[in-house]
Amino acid sequence: MSTVTLHKVCKTFGEGKLAVHALRDIDLEVGNGDFVCLSGPSGSGKTTLLNMIGGLDRPTSGEITVANQRVDQMDKGELAEIRLRNIGFVFQAYNLIPVLSARENVEFVMQLQGIPPEIRHQKSKEILAEVGLNGMEDRKPAELSGGQQQRVAVARALVSEPALILADEPTANLDSVTAEKLVELLRHLNDEHGITFVISTHDKMVMGHARRLLKMHDGKIIDDIQQR
Amino acid sequence: MGIVFHLAWRNLWRNRRRTWLTAGAIAFSTILLVLWVPIQFGAYEIMINASLAVFPGHAQIQRPGYQEKPKIRNAIDNAETLAKKLRASNQFVGVATRAQGFALLSSGTRSYGAQVVGVEPVFESGTSSIPGLVKKGRYLSGIDAQEMVIGAALARNLKIKIGDEVTLIGGGKDGSVAAAILPVVGIFESGSNELDRFFSEIPLHTFQNIFSMGHSAHAIAIVGKTVEEQDSLLTALRQETKDRNDIVILGWEQLVPGLKEGIQVDKVSGFIFYGILIAVVVFSILNTFLMSVLERTREFGLMLALGSRPKRIAMLMMLESTLLTLMGLIIGMTIGSALVYWVHIVGFAYPGMEDLAQQYNMPGLSRLYPQLDLFNFLIGPGSIFIATNIVAWIPVLRIRKLEPVEAMRTI
Ligand SMILES: Nc1ncnc2c1ncn2[C@@H]1O[C@H](COP(=O)(O)OP(=O)(O)OP(=O)(O)O)[C@@H](O)[C@H]1O
Ligand SMILES: [Mg+2]
Repeated sequence: MSTVTLHKVCKTFGEGKLAVHALRDIDLEVGNGDFVCLSGPSGSGKTTLLNMIGGLDRPTSGEITVANQRVDQMDKGELAEIRLRNIGFVFQAYNLIPVLSARENVEFVMQLQGIPPEIRHQKSKEILAEVGLNGMEDRKPAELSGGQQQRVAVARALVSEPALILADEPTANLDSVTAEKLVELLRHLNDEHGITFVISTHDKMVMGHARRLLKMHDGKIIDDIQQR
Repeated sequence: MGIVFHLAWRNLWRNRRRTWLTAGAIAFSTILLVLWVPIQFGAYEIMINASLAVFPGHAQIQRPGYQEKPKIRNAIDNAETLAKKLRASNQFVGVATRAQGFALLSSGTRSYGAQVVGVEPVFESGTSSIPGLVKKGRYLSGIDAQEMVIGAALARNLKIKIGDEVTLIGGGKDGSVAAAILPVVGIFESGSNELDRFFSEIPLHTFQNIFSMGHSAHAIAIVGKTVEEQDSLLTALRQETKDRNDIVILGWEQLVPGLKEGIQVDKVSGFIFYGILIAVVVFSILNTFLMSVLERTREFGLMLALGSRPKRIAMLMMLESTLLTLMGLIIGMTIGSALVYWVHIVGFAYPGMEDLAQQYNMPGLSRLYPQLDLFNFLIGPGSIFIATNIVAWIPVLRIRKLEPVEAMRTI
């Protein structure tokens, strides 16, 4: 079973002479419970690929299936819905809504999903504990360190039990020790809960934790290495 | 809704100073409007009451066409009988019959043209303040007394004092010459140039004899409880006079057309000022909103990426604007209504108002009281509320076009 399937996916920005081919004929399958790392030089298409998989943007051509649903043909509303229900996101920075506390940020997605308050409170507490933020539930993002903020983002991605979590350079703004702890957390969640991860990174340490390492160059996947 | 409200409330306090400044601007203009509109309308009320109280009354019964062309021949038959009937109905505060004509008034060497009005002395004080404005001598004593009261300026011009006789020459209803010699028993001072210079009153029956009027007269002046109840006053009058098809009933707008027009002009200039005030406030709010939307583009991108619908974010923005506006309005309306209430109790006077009131025999004129009614109270805040909610759509429309990826790219 694969969680993500891409078939001949192309993404071109702009037209004519100015056209940028960010993705060229990408074919990819990501298995259930895999932990995939995307690496490659700047501008090679990592973010674009993650955006296509996550339904944040639509491909120019090709087919994309996530959790058995064709993402490439969905309208805006359907995309919002699949992002809300099936995909968790962790971005490089500014992941959190500044006026909400850690707990409220985690509950935000559940609120959009219409989950009743008691369940929300219970779950957010559990998950914040799991990512190691016991006792910091009521802090605002500004009162948390960069690593702690990323953990809140991970907790939020996790809480709706998505089929897939996409993380675009989640450790880019962290020091190496904090970065390693975060990746260990992600890998732990992958081992424990079997959640599928696709992570883009420039960091060798992060690549070291991947089960599968994809190398991109100029809009193509040029290497596909199974690690552990 | 819960989540949107929660977020909106938090966002409101994100930039406290900006929020308070904006709410303060709304509150300030609300106070101005809540306080000033009722005072403005209170002033109109005073103006209307003051002008009508001197002589015209709230309404008049006349012959058709008399208002436009006051010819002495165009008179109501058995006017006193009709007035008596109206008085008997007990629906009106004042009812007084009047006959009106022009005459040349002479004393010794001088002559002046003047309006001569035949009045029912007992009832005239119910419809006109002139009987109370007699500053020298006294008012007319009986309906057929041979005497006269005249305006102060006219008395000065004719060089006469109380007890002096005036020769009156005019044209009677039947075309004959109307002439009489009457002693002046009172001199009134109304403050109105026109009245003091060209106005004189004699008893009604005396007038009817001199001008060969028989039992006819030209107008029945009527005063109701308040000017505002004009509509019900006119309805009652129509009801009481439905057996007479030789008369018309005129409201004060028709009797004193200039008054209504003057107020209309003043209202327009007032509302232009209010419009500018509201526009300034609304633009300051628009500025606040636009800034807060631009600042938060990235955050909106994040919310979209997480699966919020644009509609929800638009709702959030609308709610923030509504909350902010309501906050300012509530503060403004609270302070404003307290101030209006205070002014309602103590009144509002400018220097010299009291003297004027005394001079014009109108105690009601000494202080201005805001006209308290719900429309006056709500028109200002209501306009601000509607205007801000309309302009709040400008930033909101931007949100609807937002794409998550692009929004998250912005710094
Ligand atoms: N919205 C856009 N409009 C035009 N070109 C774009 C747009 N987004 C990306 N590109 C281009 O597509 C290519 C791939 O960009 P992408 O952001 O996917 O690279 P990346 O691998 O994530 O790079 P980095 O490691 O720097 O994050 C680049 O050449 C980029 O300039
Ligand atoms: Mg990138």
